[in-house]
Amino acid sequence: MDAIILQILNGLDKGSAYALIALGLTLIFGTLGVVNFAHGALFMIGAFCAVLLSRILSMSYTTIDETRTDFLGNPMQVNVPYAYDFFGEAAGQTIIEWAVPLAILFAIPIMILIGVAMERGLIKHFYKRPHADQILVTFGLAIVLQEIIKYYFGANPIPTPAPPAFTGSFDFGALLGFDANQILYPYWRLVYFIFAAIIIGAVFAFLQFTTFGMVVRAGMADRETVGLLGINIDKRFTIMFGLAAAVAGLAGVMYGPIYSPNYHMGMDFLVLSFVVVVVGGMGSLPGAVAAGFLLGILESFASMREVINIIPGINQIIIYLVAIIILLARPRGLMGRKGVMED
Amino acid sequence: MSDQSQTTGTIAPKAASRPGASGAAGRSRGTLGLAGKDFRLLLLVVALTMLAPFILNPFPQTSGLAQFNAGYPDLMQRFVIYGIFAIGFNILFGLTGYLSFGHAAFLGVGSYAAVWMFKLVGMNVLPAILLSVLCAGLFALLIGYITLRRSGIYFSILTLAFAQMCFALAYSVLTPLTGGETGLQLALDDPRILGTSQTASGNIPVPSLFGLEMRESVDLFVGGWAFTFNAGYYFCAIVLLLSFYTAIRIFRSPFGMMLRAIKSNQQRMRYTGLNPKPYALAAFVISGMYAGLAGGLMASMDPLAGAERMFWTASGEVVLMTILGGAGTLIGPVLGAGLIKYMENILSKINSDILHGWFAFMPDGLEDFVITVIYPFIGKGWHLTLGLMFMAVVIFLPGGLVEAGQRISRAVRGKKGHDTTDSKSEHAE
Repeated sequence: MDAIILQILNGLDKGSAYALIALGLTLIFGTLGVVNFAHGALFMIGAFCAVLLSRILSMSYTTIDETRTDFLGNPMQVNVPYAYDFFGEAAGQTIIEWAVPLAILFAIPIMILIGVAMERGLIKHFYKRPHADQILVTFGLAIVLQEIIKYYFGANPIPTPAPPAFTGSFDFGALLGFDANQILYPYWRLVYFIFAAIIIGAVFAFLQFTTFGMVVRAGMADRETVGLLGINIDKRFTIMFGLAAAVAGLAGVMYGPIYSPNYHMGMDFLVLSFVVVVVGGMGSLPGAVAAGFLLGILESFASMREVINIIPGINQIIIYLVAIIILLARPRGLMGRKGVMED
Repeated sequence: MSDQSQTTGTIAPKAASRPGASGAAGRSRGTLGLAGKDFRLLLLVVALTMLAPFILNPFPQTSGLAQFNAGYPDLMQRFVIYGIFAIGFNILFGLTGYLSFGHAAFLGVGSYAAVWMFKLVGMNVLPAILLSVLCAGLFALLIGYITLRRSGIYFSILTLAFAQMCFALAYSVLTPLTGGETGLQLALDDPRILGTSQTASGNIPVPSLFGLEMRESVDLFVGGWAFTFNAGYYFCAIVLLLSFYTAIRIFRSPFGMMLRAIKSNQQRMRYTGLNPKPYALAAFVISGMYAGLAGGLMASMDPLAGAERMFWTASGEVVLMTILGGAGTLIGPVLGAGLIKYMENILSKINSDILHGWFAFMPDGLEDFVITVIYPFIGKGWHLTLGLMFMAVVIFLPGGLVEAGQRISRAVRGKKGHDTTDSKSEHAE
């Protein structure tokens, strides 16, 4: 029993990342009808926003501390971050340590800007062209984006630690009445899951309860009619693209402490997220979220030793296997609408 | 079982279409069953491949530009092998419009098959390559049968999923068959029933074609130039010519017409009473066999096979090659493969020292500025250039480099030139 709970928990954080990326992909596909292969790159850029902010915050200058000496007997050189001067030493240190959560605020405007620029500058011209062309051009864009990041940040993964308050593990077993230390779950993963749940809830609430969201949903259902009613649907869809980019970016920002950002992480996640979207059903937002968590949990179950002993290698292929079965048995996906890209 | 029936169902129309092709077009076809312009194109490719050691080595060895020479055997082999891979991919994508993102799986299967042949039977490359093609073909039949039930984006994701699955399996569970992380390598105690386990001197024998070793080379020194003629390269080149010839025949056959019909309108094709599925599957299998052939050749040149050949980036690479050169054109994929491999091997070696050497004639400030501007695009950043070129081609030049060449030649000749290049008619369709 405890093993099962542990696997479910383990699946949640990866599932959250899949769900967030897949949600953005679906938003773009549902509104603009574009298959965005560069979405993984947006996730990656989000993660590097956190890296960038933590570098900015810990920018420092060198002074000479007369009271201490280094091993040669000379006065010791000390690097003092500018943040210490601005906020005082204790507050400055806290700010540096909390760079990843702070990067949320930093990343939102950047990601929205990148998203809107991408849509207006490039994707707009591809609405009328075949899906293959959209895949190809966004694939090219993904290569360009990841090479730019590689140029500035190097090819190695950059560790981005979580704030010290979240470094420990949470004893989940004790909460449920199991023995202590049976089910340990790192705090940051819990934070990530809660964060993902909030973002997903916010996106759904935005679409469901605001006038803007209502118009967007109407546009997803029938773009032409909404346009005929005198609503500038293109503008709203552009904003939705920015929003989808922000969702992917935030997923990346918070994922840094779990998986050190490197320049090709976006592509790794993208391949899986596409599978998630297809399993959930192209164009279905709840489907994308459900499939994200489902596949994340399935993946962690498949990597249990007991399962691997029965079917070796299943942990490597489970997601693809599920996708193949779903695509062949129920092409519209788990929660896909009838007739949407169902071929 | 149903696979079996599908096989006969798909091969039959293709086989039937062949005699029909030569029969119907017999009056207009000239040498080797090719129309004049196709034959000229083939001659051009023959000339390019046979003279490649000269063409790719234009600079004397001592000159500063010698690093742009691409005429060394290893790279020339890669040009040709990836050319074959891209030609095969183009038969699927260029003609039917099905965008496969998992073609590297067939390349990997071909490589493994060839290495196993070297391990078990002998070091002759011909049986190894035949087995590669056969294995890749059967594998493509299986995967194509499943994936072609969907089209568009679903097809792309399904092929991607299958290829990733193959990669993951080859990397982990199938280690006894694939060598896992280290890859499949030859060993001294392999049986090699038709050859020797080891040479007289106690080494692992090298792949050969009836005794002609693939690594054998003849060097020719003319003045400052050094030209290398490598047996392996010429073997690959001849295979490329055969593949290219087959591709031309497929493009010009009624079967090729059917494949184009799949791309332009499947609905209409069905209304005329034709079932597009067998044609698409046949194209998928043929293109898988080309990939297997490329994989087999790769293993023949360097007898080892690794799972990373099946990774999805490798599949992405062949997509880049085909689109960059010109999807749906005959010569385009070969050009694209050559360009990308050239960039990967030559452009990526340029570092900032070399750049400083080139721009030394400029004033210092200007020199540094120029180098700062272009440095991100070359050397280790060559992928960036590739990505930008690829995007530019998709956005502005859907016909790839071939279309660029046509536009230039049309502009030069003032628009009155007739269709001389083969692929102009492709785009008119």
